[in-house]
Amino acid sequence: MGLLSDPNRRRALISLLTRLNAPICVVCYMAGVAWFMGLAFEPFTLRTYMSENAMGSTMVEERFPAGERALATGREFSAHKKKVGGMPVDWLVKTMQDRGLEVFTQRFSRTLPFPDENKERYMVKGTNVYGILRAPRAPRTEALVLSAPCTPGDHNNQAVGLLLGLAQYFRNQIYWAKDIIFLVNEHDLIGMQAWLEGYHHTNTTGMNWSPLQGRGGSIQAALSLELSSDVITSLDLVLEGLNGQLPNLDLANLFYAFCQKIGVVCTIQGKLQRNDWDSVSGYSHSVQTLMLMVMKQASGRPWGDHGLFLRYHIEAATIKGINSFRQFKRDATTIGRLLEGMYRKLNNLLERLHQSYFFYLMPSLSHFVSIGYYMPAFCLLAVILLQALDLWVQIATPQESSPGVLSVLTPLVISHLTGVALYTLPTRFQEMAVEHFPVSETEAVVLTAIAVYTAGLALPHNTHRCLGTEQGWKVLKLVALLYLAVLLGCTALINFSLGYILALTLVPAAAFVTPNLPKVLSAFIMVILSPACTLLYSVFFFQELQEAPVSFQDGWLLYLSVISQGILDHFLYGSLVYPLIALLVYPCWLLFWNILFWK
Amino acid sequence: MAAHRCSYIAVLLSFCGLSLFIVAGSQKTTLPVGEHAAANGNPQTGTETAEQTTEPPAVEEELWEATEVEGATPDDAATDTPDTSTQESVVLSPVAQPKDDFQEELVIRPLPSGDIYASFQFRTLWETDFRVSHYRLFPKSLGQVISKFSVRELHISFTQGYWRTMQWGQPFQSSPPGAELWVWFQDSVTDVDSTWKELTNVLSGIFCASLNFIDSTNTVQPSASFKPLGIGNVTDHRFLRYATLPREIVCTENLTPWKKLLPCGSKAGLAVLLKSEKLFYSSFHSQAVHIRPVCRDQDCKTTSWELRQTLNVVFDLHTCAQGKREWSLFKMFSRTLTEACPLASSSKIYIDITDNPQGEQFELSPATSLLSQAVVLGDRRTFSVYDLTQRITFGTVHSLNLLIRWKSSEGHTLRPLLHAERYVAGYGLHVGEIHTVMYNNHPYRSFPVMLLELVPWYLRLYIHTLTVTSKGKENTPSYIHYQPSKDRVRPHLLEMLVQLPPNSVTEVTMQFERALLKWTEYTPDPNHGFYVGSSVISSLVPSIVAMDTNITLEQPLFSSFFPCKEESSFFVRVYTEPLLVNLPTPDFSMPYNVICLTCTVVAVGYGSLYNLLTRSFQIEEPSPGLAKRIANIIRKMRGVPPL
Repeated sequence: MGLLSDPNRRRALISLLTRLNAPICVVCYMAGVAWFMGLAFEPFTLRTYMSENAMGSTMVEERFPAGERALATGREFSAHKKKVGGMPVDWLVKTMQDRGLEVFTQRFSRTLPFPDENKERYMVKGTNVYGILRAPRAPRTEALVLSAPCTPGDHNNQAVGLLLGLAQYFRNQIYWAKDIIFLVNEHDLIGMQAWLEGYHHTNTTGMNWSPLQGRGGSIQAALSLELSSDVITSLDLVLEGLNGQLPNLDLANLFYAFCQKIGVVCTIQGKLQRNDWDSVSGYSHSVQTLMLMVMKQASGRPWGDHGLFLRYHIEAATIKGINSFRQFKRDATTIGRLLEGMYRKLNNLLERLHQSYFFYLMPSLSHFVSIGYYMPAFCLLAVILLQALDLWVQIATPQESSPGVLSVLTPLVISHLTGVALYTLPTRFQEMAVEHFPVSETEAVVLTAIAVYTAGLALPHNTHRCLGTEQGWKVLKLVALLYLAVLLGCTALINFSLGYILALTLVPAAAFVTPNLPKVLSAFIMVILSPACTLLYSVFFFQELQEAPVSFQDGWLLYLSVISQGILDHFLYGSLVYPLIALLVYPCWLLFWNILFWK
Repeated sequence: MAAHRCSYIAVLLSFCGLSLFIVAGSQKTTLPVGEHAAANGNPQTGTETAEQTTEPPAVEEELWEATEVEGATPDDAATDTPDTSTQESVVLSPVAQPKDDFQEELVIRPLPSGDIYASFQFRTLWETDFRVSHYRLFPKSLGQVISKFSVRELHISFTQGYWRTMQWGQPFQSSPPGAELWVWFQDSVTDVDSTWKELTNVLSGIFCASLNFIDSTNTVQPSASFKPLGIGNVTDHRFLRYATLPREIVCTENLTPWKKLLPCGSKAGLAVLLKSEKLFYSSFHSQAVHIRPVCRDQDCKTTSWELRQTLNVVFDLHTCAQGKREWSLFKMFSRTLTEACPLASSSKIYIDITDNPQGEQFELSPATSLLSQAVVLGDRRTFSVYDLTQRITFGTVHSLNLLIRWKSSEGHTLRPLLHAERYVAGYGLHVGEIHTVMYNNHPYRSFPVMLLELVPWYLRLYIHTLTVTSKGKENTPSYIHYQPSKDRVRPHLLEMLVQLPPNSVTEVTMQFERALLKWTEYTPDPNHGFYVGSSVISSLVPSIVAMDTNITLEQPLFSSFFPCKEESSFFVRVYTEPLLVNLPTPDFSMPYNVICLTCTVVAVGYGSLYNLLTRSFQIEEPSPGLAKRIANIIRKMRGVPPL
């Protein structure tokens, strides 16, 4: 404090900061990236451990015997599915009733804002079937959910079969303390969204559903099951949910512990665990796993049916059966025993899962990076606040014509109006676009979005009518920098990955931009560092990480479909990435664009 | 120790009696005034009137006792000395012992779902007023409680599990999950709240349950939902207390003291079946004690006390019977019956065979020719009766093991006339909505229900958001009694009389806000959530057959619990499931403390740092002396530039 209150020392400190500003920023940026890359290095990460006492020390036995019968039920289900040409509701109701469950159905319908070309659906109508196993001597206050989506084609029949097999086995046990809800949802996420909204009687996305008749109290945890083959070689755990939310780490620990116990190979992000962390390939393997998790989390979309549970503070994960590593074959009984063990431990829970971390990244299933370790990487990037301090000092030295803060209002308002246009126009004008151009609705939406985005770039030439002085752009840049810092800070707190990826490209752009640079080159760099281009690189990078590289042509098509999926996710499930980009990040970037063309 | 307590009670009793007589004698002249006040039904006229109004019934009671014991004229009560001697003679002479009677009963009803419902009913009747210290069949612990706390009616139930009305129909006596206690006090009790507090603590000891957690934050005085079930027409709800503990877990430790209240204990009679390892291997378990005054005969001039102990249990088809539709006493209770309780005047087993008139659904062995019909819950049911007091019932093996074996496995679906469910809607930790859904499945009759919602204070109800809708239209309740909560003092109480249209679903919704508790108020497991007790729906449901209104008629015990006033309807009480609500909970962990501490430090530091960074410093000249300042003020007033 004394340092700052003494005017002389203060001046010295400030001059030091202004002089060393650029080097400090560059060093911090480098350090931030290096820190992040270090997160995947195994000695720097923590081993996972079970925090929840109720699940840790107690032992359970797994006795599920009926894997073959479950697969037979799955085949029966598949036959009925083919016969009906969709969800065999009546058969499911009867089968669940025979197993002694209380069975209920829920109908739902939803018209998408524009056709979903990936899944080929527009007007969706469906039925969810769920059966509740009532826990003996429990007053219907707590429940667990096991769900399996009913997907068209030959997928996921084994999951439904195993679900019914487990239901039959669980029904004959006395030890349940929580109701168990067995849910078969149609139209994957849309059905799940309808069911969850019905269960909690909310309506956030304007879907039509019939009210639920039976409930089991507050849901403590949920697992979603995806199996498409009779023999499983490994199980993959999917954690990333809506808006980058993650379930409590204890759920992942539970899965890992049972895979170890029963001897099932388990993966995360489809990547097997490796023990050679000290070799280069081992390190790059865990970097890939970590990056995949970051990419998936940043996308803000639910990567499995479990993703929608997280909004309701229900810990959930998707377990996917993989059939690709030929040497480790496991039958359905083993998977059933694994699930039985997990449910018995979840049944032992006295409280909701809360002991372990909610904010983490996983470079492998046995190691995790907690928020305390990864946040410094972001904080180092966010040192652009020093730039703001520098500008503040420059502005503070009195000059003749210091413009008021109001002068930055015009660019702020105009850039935000552009953002609003980017948010509303694509879906609003799809019909008009389809009428006038030879495109489909989905293409119309995506192309309108790109058009609005590009049109926004033309705006700055018209917005600098206010005092075009040296002081003017500094005020604007100061405001824009503070805006960006707050925006990225808040984003990183909620969804670290998204905040980090945005910071990675926006921070350099924000730091270097001034009106005095060579226009063409710096404009090119600015465009390269804009949010849309970040998305484009992300698409390619993600494909690269998944070891499925694409050509530029395919990548561009993928890019377009990712945009349409992002918009759909927002309207269907309430994902916030699209509005965040359109209404806040893009306008913020436009402010910097504006500074570049300041006259 | 026990002897000491007994003598203390005896002294206390005789003292009470004495004081009552003195008061009665002194107030004889004021009696008509008191009666007048009582007739006006004006309870809020100060303590003096209240005292007067409360006295006359005590006098009356004394008269009953006097006539009963030695046929003395009522006037004798005024004199002191003979009366005390009477008291002593009552205590000492076994000849004048009041009459008591014990009956036991087991009802077994095969449920449509394949499960089986067993209901034990034990009734002890005693023609007494508890001014004695010799107890025969009636449990002494309860008798002393009744007399010490001037209890008029006491109903307590412990339930583990939730009665599934949709699968099982209506139970004979319903009860909410957890513990429920409701008590009507005599109107002679002056400080009901402290009496209630003491009573809950005593009962907590007797039943080995956490009833001592009943305090003002979960006690209410319902105005209409809980009417006295015994005789007596005082319905001033100031003397009623109702509380539930939805979290209470019921186990062996509660069963053992409950069994000890029976005259034969668990040594003989039906109670030998009550083995905890089997009773708690079930889907539903509920045990209750009901004490109330009932009419002694048809004229109903005198009363006796009735102690009813009931135990309801449902055995599950899948877990207990491995899916086989075959039940026997041995399979259910791992015991068979060999004798009735020797102290019981009647000991019977009823098997509900209404759905099986010709024996085509299931077969019952050993067969019995004795049949009985009873109207219960608006339906005429037929029962096979096994009388355990007859030796022939036990046959040649001297043991009775009833066996029910199904012939077909399809069950028919059930459509109970009234059922209800409740849930919390919404997400997040700020606001939520309580939905109570009531179903009237009667095809053409509408009927009113009294809904009672008891919500703890930490859910702050937005009562202006209360909506009642039936069939999509608004349904205006004809009676609403709402008592707002006070933080940390009392809960919300909402009672509504709602008319349920025929064949309809009525939904009552109310929004609430979750309170942030003080950090010491959280339970040790705050992330489990906080319980909200069941809401209670009491109703007179239209009956299919004419109900028996003659209460003194000899009836099976299970059908005679709720007094029936008219033939066309029967009384049903339905409890919804309790709710588990998450409140905003601080993370009670080390990182949480660290974060709190760091945030505090940052907050303190930030202010001064920000201040220093944004303030611009200017060097100021040293301030002028006093003389110069005064001179400057004067010059300013003169309009001359300062020095």
